[in-house]
Amino acid sequence: MSSPEARFNQAIKEILAGGLTRTVLSVILGFLVGALFMIGSNKEFLEGLTYFFSRPQDSLGAAWTVVSDGYGALFRGSIFNAEAEDLIKAFRPLTETLRLGAPLIAAGLGIGLAFRVGLFNIGGTGQLIFGMIFSTWVATRIELPIVLHMIVALIAGILGACLLGALVGFLKARTGAHEVILTIMLNYIAIYFFSFLMRDPALLQEERASGNPKADPAAVTAQFPKLFGDEYSLHWGLVFSIAAVIVYWWLMERSTIGYRLRMVGFNPDAAKTAGINVNRTYVLAMALSAAFVGVAGANQALGTAIGVTPSSHAGIGFDAITVALLGGSSAPGILLAGLLFGAFKAGAPAMQVIGVSPEVLGIVQGAIVLFIAAPPLIRAIFGLPKPQTTNALGAIRGRVFGKGGAK
Amino acid sequence: MSWLKPVSGINSEERVGFKSPIVMGVLALVVLYFFGIAGRSGQTVFELTRKQDLIQLPVFEIASAQLGVITGVIMLLVAVVSLLLSLRNSKTPIWLVSIYGLLGVTALLGWLAADNTVPVVFIAGTALVLAVPIMLGAMAGVMSERSGITNIAIEGQLLTGAFMAAVVSSITDNFALGIFAAMFTAALMSMVLAVFAIKFLAQQIIVGVVLNVLVIGITNFLYQQWLTEDGENVNFPGTLDIIKIPFLSDIPILGPVLFENRITVFAALLIVPLLWFVLFKTKLGLRARAVGEHPLAADTVGINVSRTRFWWVTIGGAIAGLGGAALTVGNAGAFGREMSGGFGFIALAVVILGRWHPISAALAALLFGFSIILRVWANQVSPGIPTDFITMVPYIVTIIAVVGFVGQSRPPKSLAIPYMKG
Repeated sequence: MSSPEARFNQAIKEILAGGLTRTVLSVILGFLVGALFMIGSNKEFLEGLTYFFSRPQDSLGAAWTVVSDGYGALFRGSIFNAEAEDLIKAFRPLTETLRLGAPLIAAGLGIGLAFRVGLFNIGGTGQLIFGMIFSTWVATRIELPIVLHMIVALIAGILGACLLGALVGFLKARTGAHEVILTIMLNYIAIYFFSFLMRDPALLQEERASGNPKADPAAVTAQFPKLFGDEYSLHWGLVFSIAAVIVYWWLMERSTIGYRLRMVGFNPDAAKTAGINVNRTYVLAMALSAAFVGVAGANQALGTAIGVTPSSHAGIGFDAITVALLGGSSAPGILLAGLLFGAFKAGAPAMQVIGVSPEVLGIVQGAIVLFIAAPPLIRAIFGLPKPQTTNALGAIRGRVFGKGGAK
Repeated sequence: MSWLKPVSGINSEERVGFKSPIVMGVLALVVLYFFGIAGRSGQTVFELTRKQDLIQLPVFEIASAQLGVITGVIMLLVAVVSLLLSLRNSKTPIWLVSIYGLLGVTALLGWLAADNTVPVVFIAGTALVLAVPIMLGAMAGVMSERSGITNIAIEGQLLTGAFMAAVVSSITDNFALGIFAAMFTAALMSMVLAVFAIKFLAQQIIVGVVLNVLVIGITNFLYQQWLTEDGENVNFPGTLDIIKIPFLSDIPILGPVLFENRITVFAALLIVPLLWFVLFKTKLGLRARAVGEHPLAADTVGINVSRTRFWWVTIGGAIAGLGGAALTVGNAGAFGREMSGGFGFIALAVVILGRWHPISAALAALLFGFSIILRVWANQVSPGIPTDFITMVPYIVTIIAVVGFVGQSRPPKSLAIPYMKG
């Protein structure tokens, strides 16, 4: 292991075995699976198959067309639309991606935090809804000056979600009940509770919404202001989500609390021996986890000019699980994963227009995380080396960046 | 004299607490006050038989509030019996709890239908039909969790089954093939879970969640791209024929509810006791339970842990697939977008409510089926009542059960822990 060549080879092995390579490969594979479904459901391709051996170019051409059209539309709808009339419209897709990605990022952070502590927070939906309830209540039933109103409503949303999360943590710590069941059950309870609140004008229902569950729109003073003027619907929700990413990074990587959380996640028994109150840490972790989800809840309630409805949670609480998995529960990872899945949401209408069901993106999303969930599978498919125990890569990195090498 | 104490005595350690009498007493008072003393005015008519039934029973008519008082008092008495049993350190038997539950349900029905009619057979029968997918999903849950693998993917298995049953039945015009395809595909999906959990040692909860996302994605896509375009040919299976079992279906009330059904319901009614028998009375079941409780010990006596887990999860998947078929060809007729609508997650709750026991789980599934039909029916008979709360009840009951307020529900010891042969 002393020759430079061996060290270099070892470093390459480490890169290949590392999480980043696996993640990138998973994403590529996910898109391939999606492409297969697009091709398999394409009429011209299937018709071409009947005479495939006499003229294969028909089928293959149709296959290529549907995939390039489909993913082309996804790009146009989520990043840059070169066919738009002016530059302002051309960039609108990107802002939509950012707008729709913001709550996914915030909620993904919440789920990721729980993962780091060894907890499975499947209750994103319920916590998000509680965030929406509290935010909507402040935004519609209390009068406050501009800016302050928004901040109070945001904090209320975080608190609302936090309460539900803390309840799960408390019940788990107190009785040993599994958080997966508790959170799934609370999801349903929250959904029905929310729709009950929106059926009663004395509670949250909009006055004009006869019978249908729908809440009043948030007061103008409480709505998240637009970020780049009225041309784009992107609003301050993105700023709050990015702030959440920074807070998350500091909390998990730099603070004592984060150290304690990670320690419990790594080995609860060892943490206990080291004098950490594991039960209290579970309560704290679930509360913090839900607090991040609450930011997404506030985003859903305050980010639009129309009132929330029972479907306003938009499945974010569940998508957040995939975001956290793809992002490896790290702050930058969740940021990128949230943007990717935000792009899926933004690009869906453009795919619909050209006749490719955007539901295929659900398949891509599921396939990506399925590959992520089983590292040995990806390693087997691509023949990647096993995780390396040496640290040749760290040594090289240390020499390059002049930090005196890694231990 | 410490050696006199039993080492891990069941009787000395597991003291029967006072939680069940407390919960039962409080609920009885709720019924007594809200449905009885402060109840609604008006007569409630219980229709015990349908017009087409062979044996006609007279209708049972009572003032709504009066019924609330009577049931409330009896429920209170049952709670007292439960208290006496607890004092003597013995558990409240399940049949007593069932009677108590039935009384509560009667009071609720009577309260909802003040000045109205309660079609008993219709409600009970629909509750059973609605409960079947949940029940079969729960059996899949019991099978995989008893052998030590958490199965969050029941939702996806139900959805797979529902989709395959509808599509294959439509294309081939053959229900048997459709149901077989549903079971087979759901079993394949379970195999993915099993392989990931057993071979790749992946986090079982994560794999389950991810499989659900994937199946929802695939069925949504195929539904949108294919079934809506060509619905007449690929998503128009119709429903299975209703079979009347002679003589048995003429029994008042029970007959039409239990013995006049589609084959999916009969299958569920057979699978539940069969699973109980296999799990608790055969060598096969003993092995599965051993693997779920203490895989190392099971391995030591020569049981193949991985293989046992693999097959129990896979066959469970086939049963969940049948549950999915019950959604389409057994009830609705056609496949709809995300039509399992959380039934798989309810099944998960049912497994725990039923304490990993097939028969209790089936009863718990009935509770959920009942709450679904009750919501629909209550909206018709008394529109003003916030039915959201009725729908919430089973979920709240599940939480109460998992936090151990109505008897501790203890999962298999090695649930969700991968076994590595060392």
